Amino acid sequence: MEMTEHTENRPARDLRVKLGNVELKNPVIPASGCFGYGYGMSEYYDIDVLGSISFKGTTLEPRFGNPLPRVAECTAGMINSVGLQNPGIEAVISEELPKMREAFHGPIIANISGFSIEEYRECCRRIDGEKQVEIIELNVSCPNVHGGGMAFGTCATSVADVVKAVKEVTTLPVYVKLSPNVTDIVAIARAAEEAGADGLCVINTLLGMRIDLKTRKPVIANVMGGFSGQAVFPVALRMVWQVSHAVNIPVIGCGGVATADNVLEMMMAGASAVEVGTANLINPWACRDIIDALPAAMEKYGIESLSELGR
Amino acid sequence: MRSNDTTYTILDNSWIGANTKLMLLEGPTEEFTRPGQFVNIAVPGFTLRRPISVCDIEGDTLTIVYDVVGGGTETLANMKAGQKLDILAALGNGFDISRCGEQPVLLAGGVGCPPIYSLAKHMIANDILPTVILGFNSDKRMIMIEQFENLDIPFYVATLDGSYGEKGYVTDVIRTEGLNPDYFYACGPLPMLKAICGQLSIPGQVSLEARMGCGFGACMCCSLETTRGAKRICKEGPVFEKDELIWK
Ligand SMILES: Cc1cc2nc3c(=O)[nH]c(=O)nc-3n(C[C@H](O)[C@H](O)[C@H](O)COP(=O)(O)OP(=O)(O)OC[C@H]3O[C@@H](n4cnc5c(N)ncnc54)[C@H](O)[C@@H]3O)c2cc1C
Ligand SMILES: Cc1cc2nc3c(=O)[nH]c(=O)nc-3n(C[C@H](O)[C@H](O)[C@H](O)COP(=O)(O)O)c2cc1C
Ligand code: FES
Repeated sequence: MEMTEHTENRPARDLRVKLGNVELKNPVIPASGCFGYGYGMSEYYDIDVLGSISFKGTTLEPRFGNPLPRVAECTAGMINSVGLQNPGIEAVISEELPKMREAFHGPIIANISGFSIEEYRECCRRIDGEKQVEIIELNVSCPNVHGGGMAFGTCATSVADVVKAVKEVTTLPVYVKLSPNVTDIVAIARAAEEAGADGLCVINTLLGMRIDLKTRKPVIANVMGGFSGQAVFPVALRMVWQVSHAVNIPVIGCGGVATADNVLEMMMAGASAVEVGTANLINPWACRDIIDALPAAMEKYGIESLSELGR
Repeated sequence: MRSNDTTYTILDNSWIGANTKLMLLEGPTEEFTRPGQFVNIAVPGFTLRRPISVCDIEGDTLTIVYDVVGGGTETLANMKAGQKLDILAALGNGFDISRCGEQPVLLAGGVGCPPIYSLAKHMIANDILPTVILGFNSDKRMIMIEQFENLDIPFYVATLDGSYGEKGYVTDVIRTEGLNPDYFYACGPLPMLKAICGQLSIPGQVSLEARMGCGFGACMCCSLETTRGAKRICKEGPVFEKDELIWK
């Protein structure tokens, strides 16, 4: 009885947000590569509490990925060089998605990777129409095998080419996940928007490396890898701010988010929703804990509805 | 669903070797199903958790034995009884004792000894009599000799420099002692595991290590190419069957 009175005195906190026409019950989305296909994490909690899930980067053919070690630690972060290990789009559709749908009933974000424009296009064509897949997220941090190995995401025209090619084969909203390893992220964001992107995810990992003092050799077999985790939060936040002020499409903030306060800060910088990556690897309950902590954080900062933040 | 009670209290943290400590922890142990499973420890001041095998479980206490090799294990070594640790428990597949043959031999080197100890105890509790052979570089690096002796099972030690037990490798002991095992379990440094798999014609199970991102299957940082496809050392492993392994 006392409990009810107590909660009745509080204004209801509305966690709902929108990514274009896609409504999420809260803004918290596990980021690609840090949550598999979701169902494995239901050992830890009911993943239906999540706003959405971005599944592991998927390519046309199965990929084993890079040699071990694939991971190095750094202060408040980590470096990974998984190399897009995934079973390929067909197995994702026939084996992973059905299991994912049993554990999660909300909108799914399909994270698609490619080493050629044709590969992106073919993956998107096949994922289009799959139940619950409501957004395609293009990981453009992969090297373009036809472009001298330069990552698609580092060049405005290649990003635009990928978006245009993909938009021809799908009616799903297409989000481009931008690489921070560029001189001018705003130029790339604008190129994606002009090419027809429906939204952006900002950011993917920063390129980094570590050397083992004992062996004097790089820790990671592939030498370099993607730097992520709490350490990158200020960089990600800055880029979300810059990009969301330059485009008129929704932005998903990603990079270093680990707390409910981080979520609010990302949304104040212009994000409509937030992806959480590395935090899940350190605390398997991270996303659930953030969602649970959001109402109190909103109350503390006088926020009644999350959609009043962001854009 | 797994419990999110991940708080463990240190009851003891003492040196048991030149560079090795034994930590006794109190906390939930119900989720462990097999010997050879590991825990993933959040070490204050470090981002990634540190995976350590379980050496023993008694009621709600858990023993781990670890070498001090870098910053994380150094911090662990400096912790005191009464302090608390955030630990993810019961990770990985562990050893399967259902296919141990008639005469299983357990082979361990260095900090491969702790999981082999828990395996030996588990086998004894299940009326299986294993033979244990431990290998070390020298007597200065030996650990857990007394604990294994107290198990009261056939037990041998080999040292590379002959400073204790038999001189040579664990596989040499099988030959010199005329042992006739029909199944093996092994945990230790990679060169040792490779030699064991190469030299023993019997089937067996091997526990592997890898640098881990999560330790519970989410990141694919620990993948291994096996004869049965890609597997995660932290999830489908760390224990693999000998015939799954591809040695390069
Ligand atoms: C399944 C499993 C079980 C293990 N069981 C034991 C055990 O019972 N006793 C024991 O002493 N050691 C064990 N190890 C090794 C132990 O995890 C490392 O020695 C420890 O992580 C080193 O941390 P550090 O910070 O002291 O060293 P640093 O070298 O500073 O660590 C840097 C990073 O590399 C990782 N790393 C370094 N060496 C290893 C290694 N050999 N294996 C995996 N990750 C490593 C660390 O976790 C950390 O992320 C096990 C490893 C695995 C994978
Ligand atoms: C182990 C690991 C694997 C990742 N795999 C992918 C991937 O397949 N596709 C992708 O777009 N991003 C991938 N990322 C990047 C994350 O989705 C995220 O953008 C990045 O880690 C920054 O967020 P964080 O600091 O919250 O981790 C991966 C990150 C990590 C740590
Ligand atoms: S360490 Fe993350 S999947 Fe094994």
